[in-house]
Amino acid sequence: MPEISLNILDVAENSTRAGASLITICISADCKADRLSVVIKDNGCGMTPEQVAHVTDPFFTTRTTRKVGLGVPFFKYAAESTGGSFSIESQPGKGTVVTAVFVLSHIDRMPLGDITSTIHTLILCHPDLDFLYTYQYDEKSFTLDTREFRTILGDIPLNTPEISSYIWDYLTENKLDTDGGANL
Amino acid sequence: MKSLEELRAIREKMQGQVSMRAEDHTHTRVVVGMATCGIASGARPVLNTLSRLVQEKGLTDHVAVTQTGCIGLCQYEPIVEVMEPGKPKVTYIKMNPDKAAEIVERHLIGGHVVENYTLSSADIN
Repeated sequence: MPEISLNILDVAENSTRAGASLITICISADCKADRLSVVIKDNGCGMTPEQVAHVTDPFFTTRTTRKVGLGVPFFKYAAESTGGSFSIESQPGKGTVVTAVFVLSHIDRMPLGDITSTIHTLILCHPDLDFLYTYQYDEKSFTLDTREFRTILGDIPLNTPEISSYIWDYLTENKLDTDGGANL
Repeated sequence: MKSLEELRAIREKMQGQVSMRAEDHTHTRVVVGMATCGIASGARPVLNTLSRLVQEKGLTDHVAVTQTGCIGLCQYEPIVEVMEPGKPKVTYIKMNPDKAAEIVERHLIGGHVVENYTLSSADIN
């Protein structure tokens, strides 16, 4: 995977399949501390301690269709190869938190990439799930909370064309205001 | 910063508009494989192109673009399946945004399967 944002899309898809109703994605770049951290949290079915212990093993998967599961190992490797860290905490019935920390300036850190596309795709493809997305760049940040959108919209679905393009503009403009167009 | 006021304005504008969504059984479903294999080979821009064009061309009343997990043909990703009611499923392989645009134009609008990109036309040996 060439971008961190593609890893985020992939790992967040696991949350949707875990039956989560709320997925929280938090990206924060701290230039002074030279860190980029990504936290993906869900309230899905969670995993047992045995599953957590094995989930970073590419030859472990709960699917029965085939024997490999590469998404989490890819993400872990991407973070750790920059001198960062990776962790998964999970409780059955409560949900899962995946945390990846990257060293911003490390030569092996892949670019964050098109995070706006990732979040837009997640929301549009799962219009019945809620997403809480926070993007922080040093002191500035913005948040997108689909629950807030839903309160305003009532029964208009998030994937109606007008709303979809509003969400796209919201993500694009607010990201630009937050990071000033920094190329992470 | 873009505000929620604009969202309220959009809602006001949309109120009273009768939803023209067709019944599910008359919908054409366009499904993109979005597991690790699909995403790694470029499924996200394919999905984005498909949903953007379907909206721009005003096809949302009878075409729904959705995603699925791994289809089991990882070597052919990105894969796009088109399921039209009453017709056999068409599986397009090794998609990219340009090919996706062609499928919207020629298949979803024109009604003709783009044979060159289908799985059945692939040389499987």
